[in-house]
Amino acid sequence: MYQYNELDQTLIEERVNQFRGQTERFLNGELGTDEFRALRLMNGLYIQTHAPMLRVAIPYGLLASRQLRMLAKVARDYDKGYCHFTTRQNVQYNWPALERVPDLLAELATVQMHAIQTSGNCLRNTTSDHLAGVCVDEIEDPRPYCEIIRQWTTLHPEFAYLPRKFKIAVSGSEHDRAAVQLHDIGVYLVQNDAGEVGFRVLAGGGLGRTPIIGQTVKPFLEKKYLLSYLEAILRVYNLLGRRDNKYKARIKILVKETGLEKFTALVEAEWLRIRDQMLLSDESIDAMKAQFTPPAYDTGAGNDTSLAHHQSSDVHFAKWLKYNTADHRIPGYRAVFVSLKAPDSPPGDITADQLDALADLADTYSFGEARSTHRQNLVLADVKHSDVYVLWQKLDALKLATPNIGTVTDMICCPGLDFCSLANASSISIAKEINEALDDMDYVHDIGDIKINMSGCMNGCAHQSVGHIGILGVDKKGEEWYQITLGGSSENEAAIGDRLGPSVAKHQITNAIKQILDVYLQHRLDDEAFLQTVKRVGLEPFKAKVYANH
Amino acid sequence: MQIIKDQQLSENTWRFIADDAPLTNGNITVSLQRWTQDKAQLLQHGANIGVRLAPADLVETLADDLSAISLIELNFPAFNDGRCFSQARLLRGHYGYQGEIRAVGNYMADQVFYLHRVGVNAFEFSNPQHLDLALSAINDFSVRYQPSTL
Repeated sequence: MYQYNELDQTLIEERVNQFRGQTERFLNGELGTDEFRALRLMNGLYIQTHAPMLRVAIPYGLLASRQLRMLAKVARDYDKGYCHFTTRQNVQYNWPALERVPDLLAELATVQMHAIQTSGNCLRNTTSDHLAGVCVDEIEDPRPYCEIIRQWTTLHPEFAYLPRKFKIAVSGSEHDRAAVQLHDIGVYLVQNDAGEVGFRVLAGGGLGRTPIIGQTVKPFLEKKYLLSYLEAILRVYNLLGRRDNKYKARIKILVKETGLEKFTALVEAEWLRIRDQMLLSDESIDAMKAQFTPPAYDTGAGNDTSLAHHQSSDVHFAKWLKYNTADHRIPGYRAVFVSLKAPDSPPGDITADQLDALADLADTYSFGEARSTHRQNLVLADVKHSDVYVLWQKLDALKLATPNIGTVTDMICCPGLDFCSLANASSISIAKEINEALDDMDYVHDIGDIKINMSGCMNGCAHQSVGHIGILGVDKKGEEWYQITLGGSSENEAAIGDRLGPSVAKHQITNAIKQILDVYLQHRLDDEAFLQTVKRVGLEPFKAKVYANH
Repeated sequence: MQIIKDQQLSENTWRFIADDAPLTNGNITVSLQRWTQDKAQLLQHGANIGVRLAPADLVETLADDLSAISLIELNFPAFNDGRCFSQARLLRGHYGYQGEIRAVGNYMADQVFYLHRVGVNAFEFSNPQHLDLALSAINDFSVRYQPSTL
């Protein structure tokens, strides 16, 4: 993975010093609340229901074992012994004390970590495919480009005060695992007819109150123009994006109101003026690629027979292997998912002890690295077949081996009313209730590939509008109600879910989800996945069941 | 009143003339609207002329006039109006403007590092206490990505 040079390290240390000064001025009354708010948000610091919340950047989800240990240390020393992985591959702490945050950031900086631009109306963390570099369907590893973009976005002087937040995602695979089309800018690595690899650039996607799928502004962009094209889009947005209404300020509204054709023309005109001054040379791209060279794989790993043996002799292991591991491009290796969706734990949460143990497992079994996924799990990406069984046993002992990746209990869930000051309704407790109602793993596995996303308010941090089943918490006269959508997707065939009907009361939501699953099982043909069945039969049969007694 | 110019304290010699006020002697800045309307008259004025831009003003309006303008003020209505940053970048990058670009209005000393990097070389604050803070904040960072900016 990318290793900081002196420039990178100096920059994050100077950022800590800058924020320390700003925090002191705020505490001394020399810096106003509004001013400090903008400055602290760009250092990842929110003020939440109970305490500040700090969001730490995990650039494109990549973590070294020493960084996992630092996350554990911070959880112990500054928080209540745990942290939370988000849908943008970052980490959140819910209990740090404001005056200690500069010290916390200084500790992070010792392991090449920071919280720069994890919030605020600026360029956010660049996200990517959690299986980058190891998956079998990759055109090219997206991570070197993610790092190039990370550096370009970090402290970009022109784009720190945008109309609204701005998120970029990059995918290098045929299968989009990074929700690329739902980002302000989405970038796909693609191959043109001449066999050259470049980028397809989308703009204007986004979730939140008005979910919109991004549209292609550049079908094929040569690699050398990556940053000039991004800069052109950002400049057009910074100058023309709406600043009069926070809910209409994202680039998706600008693209929609301007029209794709005119927006693209504005971007192209700006790009033509700057593209030759911002060329990415082949040398600089190659130098960045050299930071992401594959680890020293064991060329004999494919000769292992123990994995197949354990698979046939241990039914529990076989189930976990089926759901919680993925094919690897190197024979004899698998990518292993670490489920942060144990039934009795809030989705995405992990304890300091689990983090420490996981760091050891990463060192022993996966070249000292781990990744976070946008569905709030972790991945050990390079595990030898001969190690998979023992790794499973160790993950199981840590409660990190619930065999539910990609299933109905692998829910995306925001912190909701329990922590977040924006929330209208709780989400963690509903996730727990759904988990309890679906405690039969055979039933869960029978339902198969289904994605439930649940947000506690319409800001939509848990991407409910693109869940196969979306659950949105709403406030009705002080009571928590839940709106259900069906048929959303954040993958290649991205789609916004359709609303099933009126929202349901808190005590009915779990039953409604069970009814939806039952209707699916009644209607599905052969191996048909949930999403296909919804597309084929429409909403009616689901409506009829859920609202039968209304 | 003192301002910061080219990383040093210096005395302000400019005065902004409101659209409905008569011109005064000495160096003056006017709104883009007044510049556009009264260009010929303003060019007869004995001293230097500057233009104050609001964030919504289009920089390209000034493209052909830049050699006659000694100062461009970027007026922040609120510190979070980031359009001023792109205006400075366009003036320096696209139009090669060599004169003084000055930040005025409601912005923070904490923003001068970024402003300096997009080409703003002078800073006026309504609260003079911000001058020292801003002088040091210009150098908050000794390193930077984005080689295409300062």
